[in-house]
Order: sequence, then structure tokens, then C-alpha cells
Amino acid sequence: MSIDVTQFHGVFFEESFEGLDIMETGLLSMSQGEIDDDTVNGIFRAAHSIKGGAGTFGFSHISEFTHGLETLLDQIRNGEREATHEVIETLLSAVDTLREMLTAVQNSSDVDEEKVAQVSHALEKILDAAVAETGMNVEDTSVPDSDESDTTETNTQQQSWLIHFKPLPHLLQTGNEPIRMFRELAELGELAVNVNDEELPPFTDLDPEICYFSWELTLTGEMDEAEINEVFEWVDGDCELTIERLQENEASDSPELLQEQQSHDKPEVVEAVSQPMATDLASIAGDAPSKTPIKNDVAPKKKTVSSDASTASIRVGTDKVDSLVNLVGELVITQSMLGQIGDNFDVSMLPQLIDGLEQLERNTRELQESIMRIRMLPISFVFNRFPRLVHDMTSKLGKQVELVLTGEQTELDKTVMEKIGDPLVHLVRNSLDHGLETPEKRLAANKSETGVLKLNAYHQGGNIVIEISDDGAGLNEEKILQKAIEKGLVEPNESLSPEKIHELIFLPGFSTADQVSDLSGRGVGMDVVRKNINSLGGAVEVKSESGIGSTFTIRLPLTLAIMDGQIIQVADQRYIIPLISIIESVEVDISKVKKVTGKGELYKIRDEYVPLIRLRHVFNLDGGIEDLEHGLLVIVDCEDYKIGLFVDELLAQQQVVIKSLETNFRKVKGLAGATILGDGTVALILDIAGVMAMHKEPSIIKQTSLKSVV
Amino acid sequence: MAEMNTENEILDILDIADSIDDGSQQYLTFELDSEHYGVEILRVQEIKGWGSVTSIPNTPEHVCGVLNLRGVIVPIIDLRLLFGMPFNAYTKTTVVVVVKVEGITDRILGIVVDAVSDAYNVHPDMISNAPDLGSIVDTSFIKGIADIDECMLMLLDIDKLLSVEQIG
Repeated sequence: MSIDVTQFHGVFFEESFEGLDIMETGLLSMSQGEIDDDTVNGIFRAAHSIKGGAGTFGFSHISEFTHGLETLLDQIRNGEREATHEVIETLLSAVDTLREMLTAVQNSSDVDEEKVAQVSHALEKILDAAVAETGMNVEDTSVPDSDESDTTETNTQQQSWLIHFKPLPHLLQTGNEPIRMFRELAELGELAVNVNDEELPPFTDLDPEICYFSWELTLTGEMDEAEINEVFEWVDGDCELTIERLQENEASDSPELLQEQQSHDKPEVVEAVSQPMATDLASIAGDAPSKTPIKNDVAPKKKTVSSDASTASIRVGTDKVDSLVNLVGELVITQSMLGQIGDNFDVSMLPQLIDGLEQLERNTRELQESIMRIRMLPISFVFNRFPRLVHDMTSKLGKQVELVLTGEQTELDKTVMEKIGDPLVHLVRNSLDHGLETPEKRLAANKSETGVLKLNAYHQGGNIVIEISDDGAGLNEEKILQKAIEKGLVEPNESLSPEKIHELIFLPGFSTADQVSDLSGRGVGMDVVRKNINSLGGAVEVKSESGIGSTFTIRLPLTLAIMDGQIIQVADQRYIIPLISIIESVEVDISKVKKVTGKGELYKIRDEYVPLIRLRHVFNLDGGIEDLEHGLLVIVDCEDYKIGLFVDELLAQQQVVIKSLETNFRKVKGLAGATILGDGTVALILDIAGVMAMHKEPSIIKQTSLKSVV
Repeated sequence: MAEMNTENEILDILDIADSIDDGSQQYLTFELDSEHYGVEILRVQEIKGWGSVTSIPNTPEHVCGVLNLRGVIVPIIDLRLLFGMPFNAYTKTTVVVVVKVEGITDRILGIVVDAVSDAYNVHPDMISNAPDLGSIVDTSFIKGIADIDECMLMLLDIDKLLSVEQIG
């Protein structure tokens, strides 16, 4: 009848990672001087939950590590310790370590023990300092769960404990399970359980959610009181608990052993009982890391069961689910209405049928939108990492930067969100490293010491726009131009507009950093940023003004799963061109077709020559229109080029659901995927960059291509 | 062997195990140019009549194209062409056998065959090794041959036959 707790691991990890984010955000705002009770309490609560959760699931090394962290936070909460810069930095690194430890458990991988020990040590050092600085005052420190006395501390030989555990009636309703706690106790040593069922009412009056029992437990083994307390800490305040040592001991009558567990809510109790603990706080805290290796032996046993955690999941607001339920309800009504019409249809019912179909169409559209919304997450998921990044980088660079986040609630598809993170980080790093100046330079330029870095997100049409702007020095046009000339990208005497110069930074291999620093210039250039954004069907552009700052604007489609497509006909095949790539479609004016070496074709459109690509040749299709005058030229944007695709005919435009060809087949050059048209047939979606690449491969293009050109 | 056990278990449950609780497997057989081939019936998802497909540009000749199978894009392979046999115009009996191919990732694929015949129980004892035909025919994707009613049945290893490398 045992319950497989691994099924709850996913939720535990999810909540723990959320808790870590809360802690990080809170600590960062504390480092900016916002030390209020709410923030500190929030951080403490998050740490406490992680510790409790980790304890429940048997990740004891995590709960032990968190214990030190929690102790420190509690001291800050009680105003016994100042949140100095050092303390906050240590806490931040502890959060990082904790995140690594959790990730390691989640992936059943190994954790960097050295780093854990190092951070534990740093925490310990701070806690040690407390004793030195505050001396005897430490006895007021009502540290939860560590209020054991010196007698229990030193004595870890074989001994017996009598535990009287009487849950308050509502214990079960809070989701706590005595059996689980007993099982944990049984891991500590030999356990005998006696249940007291005197209060159990007659069956007819029984409320299964009320706990009527109390227990007498006898535990024998090598453990100290703290370990026992830890098992019960999760029900702290929901039970009456006494822990007595059974062995003959001079301390056995001491009131401390009868203390209630709500000790940190009732400091006076602790004060009464904890006289001897004054100097022990440090050694208790110091104990935690030294226990870690021992406890780690337990961990591998759990590893085998926790590897299923990688399943991606989304937390969805209930309002979104509610609206879906409503819509499905409406859809069912529409369906039954149509069913009725269909039962005995005659022509007089045609208007009703049309009405019904219209309703069906509306329902379907709304349902589609609602389902899309389920995949949408607020962009704060990506933005949230930036306060930490800015915090870390500014201290390294010796700069002062204020980060302003706006539009964090703007929603974006999860898949897009996952892929936009890295390009954004790169842009933010660039702004911090190259854009914003040091305080001295800023003062010299008549600007305030603190630079401002703004991240803004908003919706515009079917797109999401993300802006990264700073009030730094702006792009150094001279330097860029010089670099471009050096690399032979620009003729030395060529004069370029500022916009054209700014565009240069997106070219491959372009870096204006004088040297590769720790923070940027690690080979990931702006060209990669642009490529990544383009691969999401988006675009990035830059505006910059010398001395005033620069703004990078990213435009992305809201989702990757559905796009607007233009259906085209080539020979007997229909293909889809992503509408976002199409600049215009023109009828071919044969006088504007120019030949290069008698083979290549260019089309002059206004003041530009664009390469003309015949799809039927690239795809080796039989039939179709060969005569340029009878077909159409679709001018599409291909990264930085324009190309003209020669097609037979333009058909409808429609939203298409993108399906992968790789799932059951493989990647095909020139194709981005497939979709299903209204009549159930499959149409292939063109990958413009791929088509361009195929066009460049001589083997694919048949030499016959120009035979019939007039 | 594990698979065989599962099959038996399933059939036991269905209570039709009388004839085949001796470790035999069921094969769906089909014809190509009067040759008989068989695939494990548990790999067969469905059998469809031939319908038009969307051809994929610049793929080998044996890749007919892709089909919409209730929202899933399924590639269709002409088995004759894959075997290097001459192309035969599709007739009324031409069918697409949709099979599950196991590899690094499982895939769904359709194979075009001249006609399906029957499903047979084949006992391991009835299967003999694939003959070595030297360099004339690559027989690595034939698991074995069985004689059924005086008719030679070639049992195909579709995972090998329809691997990405083979059909790509």
C-alpha cells in the first residue's frame, strides 16, 4: 500500500526552482537596499519550503545544505544580523549551488561536491562570525529546528528516545502523513510504534480527514535530537510533540525535552530551555557540511527513480482552462445543432445550415486561439534572469546600471521563449560591456553616474517586439567602419549612411571588442544573434546615436506552430511560402530580365537586381510554366538578400499549421516542413534560405534552364 | 524473444491462442511481382488503398512522397523501386501498408505493395536462414524464409529495410 512518491518529484522540482527564483529576486532587491519584512520573509519561506520538500523526498543533502541557508535568513529576519553586501553575495551563491544540487538530483547526475563544500563553508563562516560578534546574545536566536542542547549534541551513541506525537485534528488536511514520518524515523534507527486510538469515534461519526490518533514511538539507534526534530519539522505547529531520552541521563528531567515544537514562534520557550546552547550554534551549523558526504550515500539509491523529471510541462492559469471548457461546451452545442439539421435536411433549412457552419467556424477559431494561449507564457520567464546577470556583470565591470523591465506580462509562445533567451542575454551583455560607460566616463559626458538599461516587450500586430535599449555611448561608427575596411567588407573611400554602418555589426566575424574579455567576444557574434532570431522567423535591427545610446529591436512571430502562408502552384505541386518572407509579387516584365554569362538570370526591380530562381528547376519538377511572361515572380527576403522565386500561379493565403517532415522521414533541403490543406492533402512549406542554397549548388540546377527563355 | 512473449500475452488475453501458443508469430503477407513477403503483423498499423501523395522534391525515386494520415505526415515508399524492381503502374489491388519502424526514434512509414494476401502464423521452426545470394541481391533485410503452402515467404526486417539511411 505504499505510495510512489516519485510521482510528486516533478512538482517538487518545479516548486523548488520557482522558490529559488523568488529567493534570487528577493536577494537582488535586498542588495539594492530594499530590506523590508515582506522580502525577507518571502526568501525565508522559499528556503523553508525547499528544505522541507527535500527532506520529505529523501534528498537529505539538499535539506541539510538549505538548513544553514535558512538559519542565516532567519537571523536576518529576526533583525539579529545585518544584510551586508557579503552576506547577500554568499546567499546568492548558495542559491546557485542549491539550484545546481537540485538539477543534479533531477538529472541523476553528480554535483560538484567541492563547490557545495566551499559555499557551505562560506555560510558557516558567516554563522561563526555571529558567535564572535554577538557573544552571549546568540541565545536569543530562536533558530528553528536547531534548538538542541549540548547534551544531545555530543551524544550520538546508541540510545533510545521516547517520542510522544499527538497531531492536531487537522493534520491530515494539510497534506501531512504520519506514516511517512514514521518511515523516515525508521531509517534513523529501530522504531517501535504504539498507537493510541482512544479518541476514535464510532464508525458512523468518523470523518476520514480528521486525525484521531496519537502515537508513542520508541526509537533506538545512533541519532541526536536534531535528527528526530527534523522529521517532525514539517508538522511544526500542527501537533503536540515531546521527545524524551529513555536512557538514564542527568538531563532527562530537563524541561527542554518536553518543549513544544513551535519554539520559533514562541521565543520565550526557547529562552527558558536553551541556556546551554549559546555557544553551540556555530558547531551545529558547522555540522551540516561535514554530514553531507555521509548523507550522500543515500542519494544514489534514489537516483534511479528520479530520472523521469525532464518531461516538459506548462503551468496554466485556471482562467485559460475555464475559457477552453466554455468553448468546448459551445462547440458541442453547435455540433448537436448541425446534427439536428442533418437528420432530415431539405433545402428550406439551408439558411440554418449556413448559420450553423458560421457558428462552427467561429467556435473553431476561438478554440484555436484559446489553445494557442495555453502555450503562451509571460515574457517575465526570460526577463527574470536579467537582474542577476546585470548584478553580476556590473560589479565585475565596475559600472553602475539600473535595469528597467517593462511589459513583463506580455505573452509569448513557450517554444519561442526557449529560443530567444540566448540572443537576449547576448544583447544585454553587449549593452553592459560595450554600450554603457563607467561612472567616471558618464560624469565626464554630463550624464548621471548610473546608466539605464531598459528591456521592454509589447505586442504589435501578430508579432511581439522586444526592445533592449541603453543610454550608453552608442555604437562607435568610426571604429566599426575602420574594422569593416580592415576586413575588406567596405571599400576604404566608400561613404556609408549611419544606418548602413550600424548594420555592419551583424556581419559574420565582426567584433569591435579590442580584446576577448570574460564577458563578451567569445566568438558568439551578432551574426549568430541575427541568425537565431531569423530562424524563429523574426528580425532584429539596431538604432544608435553617438553619446545617447543604442536600441536593439527584435520582432518575433507569436508562435512557431502556426504561420500565415501563401500557397503557390508550380507544375502540378502546391507549395507554401511563409507570408512573412514575401516582399511583393510581380508579373514578369521580360525586358527587365538580365542574363549573366548566358545562364544566370537577374531581374531588375526598381533599382535592384535580384537573382531569379525557377522553383521547378530547383525542385526538378516536370511540367509547369517555362515562359517567364506567363508566370509570376515572388520577391522574398532571404536573410540579407532578396531573391525572386518564379512560380506558375499564386493561390490562396491561409494560416497553416506547421508539421515536421523529420518526425517520420528526414530533413529535406529547401523545405521547412509540411502542412495539411483544407482538402486533406499535404503541401510542403518552403525554406527560403534552403532554396537559395540549393540554387547555388550547380548539380541541382539543370543546364536546360534557359533554353526556352525568349 | 521479448517481443514474442508480449505477443503471446496479448493473444492469450484475447483467448485466440489455441493455434499459436507455441511461440509462432503472425505475419502479414503481400505480393510484389508474384514474390511473397511478410512483415510482423504487430508492426502493421493499417492498410490503405493507394491515393495520391504529395511528392517531395529531390528525393530518391522510391520515395513516392508524403501522405496525411489523420494529421500525421507519413512518407510513402514504393517497395518495388526500393528493391530495384521495375515500376508497375498502380492498380486496384495496389495498397499502402502503414508500418511502425523502430530505430533511434520510432517512425511511421507507408510501403506500396502490389497486393496484400493473408496473415499467417509462422512458427520459428518453419523459418530457415536467408540464402546468401552473393552480390546479386542484398539479403541483409530478410530475416528468414518460410515455406507456406508450397509458397516461399520472405520475412522482412523492416527496421533494417526502412531505416533512414536506406530510404533517404
